[in-house]
Amino acid sequence: MSTVAWITARGLFGRRRFLLLLPLPVLLVVLAGLSQGMGVEPSDWGQPVVVGLGLAVVLPVVALIVGTGVLGAEIDDGTVVHVLTTPLPRWQIVLPKLAVAAGVTAATVAAPLFVAGLLADSVRLGLALAVAASAGALAYSALFVAASLLTRRPVLLGLVYVLIWEGLLSNVLAGSRVFSIQHYVIALADRLAPTELLHTTISMPLAAVMTALVSVGFTLLAIDRLRAFSVAGETS
Amino acid sequence: MTTTAPAAAPATATSTLDLAGVSRWYGNVVAVNDVSMSLGPGVTGLLGPNGAGKTTLLHMMAGFLAPSRGAVTLDGRSTWRNPAVYRRLGLVSEREAVYGFLTAYEFVLATAKLHKLPDPQAAARRAVALVELEGAQDRRIGTYSKGMRQRARVAAALVHDPQVLLLDEPFNGMDPRQRLHMMELLHSLGDAGRTILFSSHILEEVEQVSGTVQVMVAGRLAASGDFRTIRRLMTNRPHVFAIRSTDDRALAVALMAEPSVTGVELGRDGLTVRAGDYGAFTRVLPKVALARGVRVRQLIPEDESLESVFSYLVEA
Repeated sequence: MSTVAWITARGLFGRRRFLLLLPLPVLLVVLAGLSQGMGVEPSDWGQPVVVGLGLAVVLPVVALIVGTGVLGAEIDDGTVVHVLTTPLPRWQIVLPKLAVAAGVTAATVAAPLFVAGLLADSVRLGLALAVAASAGALAYSALFVAASLLTRRPVLLGLVYVLIWEGLLSNVLAGSRVFSIQHYVIALADRLAPTELLHTTISMPLAAVMTALVSVGFTLLAIDRLRAFSVAGETS
Repeated sequence: MTTTAPAAAPATATSTLDLAGVSRWYGNVVAVNDVSMSLGPGVTGLLGPNGAGKTTLLHMMAGFLAPSRGAVTLDGRSTWRNPAVYRRLGLVSEREAVYGFLTAYEFVLATAKLHKLPDPQAAARRAVALVELEGAQDRRIGTYSKGMRQRARVAAALVHDPQVLLLDEPFNGMDPRQRLHMMELLHSLGDAGRTILFSSHILEEVEQVSGTVQVMVAGRLAASGDFRTIRRLMTNRPHVFAIRSTDDRALAVALMAEPSVTGVELGRDGLTVRAGDYGAFTRVLPKVALARGVRVRQLIPEDESLESVFSYLVEA
């Protein structure tokens, strides 16, 4: 593990906001378990729990908390200067942080989604959701790490994207789904395990290409922004 | 109680930090205005009141801010967008930010690894010893006092033995012993051939640490050079005193005859006296008052704030 990743992980798990990660995945498993246990048909609870909660809320919110935590929190409290006053090329700072963000997000979300998919349909759907969510975790993390360098309020920007763009616009305007990571994840999972529970107008090839483009594009943007990182505010 | 700082190893090479016509503005606000200076080996103090632009200037020197105009170079290479300069440059910023979840040793060791030093453990031990933190090195930094945190940050900034060290208000939060130790450490580093620049708004701090000083006021470089010369300039400036006495008019007449007094204004609430020589005036005032049978009830130096001293330097 690189030193940057080690410091990032220690910082992430050492902050209280990390505790915010726990309730949502637990809620997802509990709801899926309750629905199944109470004998409700998967066709009734599968879509709202797996997609409505798991893919539309748990995945992006966990990614937002972690993605803005690995760099945005360090920018906020000023500790990022310690890593930046070293001769490391900036990609060697961004990539480990991105790896930690995507890894922690995937680990936090994939397991409950697997359980929900298993209960709703099959092991195959569980695995498909876990794999697709991991790909989505990478794309979301790249977006939110870059957002930490684009604005002083990355959480706000992330919430606007998740709630307004993905939660509202992409349900109303089909065209906006081209820029919705949530729909990439649905398309990928549906391809890996076709089921009635998952619906999107995005094709699998487009979803795969866009996931890669978003991940690589925002990572490159983050590296470029970190190269020109300015310490702001103080004029004393 | 000893305060001897471990001696810094002699520098294997020296570095020069150059600023050529550097300005920085934020919208319509000019934070730094056309500053040029060249910093070589030794300790230099960057003196100025709060808001003078010291931190902005240090950030530009450290490559954390792009100059709006001009250039900042370390040994001829720009510090902006150039992480390679951190092989030769260390920074201790004013902000107290530190990884509270790490111990001081872990923090300094991690910094040594980030610098890809050949023996990071030895470098970390040496840097921790240099700031005398060995006794507390295995405690989480979150449990440290402000002064100890500052020393941990200095250790991290020194772990790669940089030729240039920039420190923004390094004595903030330190107790007198820690302050003395830090001063000795900076002396030692300067004597060993490093280029050290530290900012401060406290005249006495600069006086005790550095022979060379750069004075900033309102974003401009107001004075530059030998500390004693600048100190003399500061001491010999005109001083303004507000005086209230039992007979303001008689005292005003008497004071006007004194060579150390350059002007007297008689007002409702007493006298305003301008003195060209601070020492001579404060010595002569009691004598004059006594001779005229006047009792001085109040004597207030009106312009002794550091800001007014610096303003005078700008006008001088």
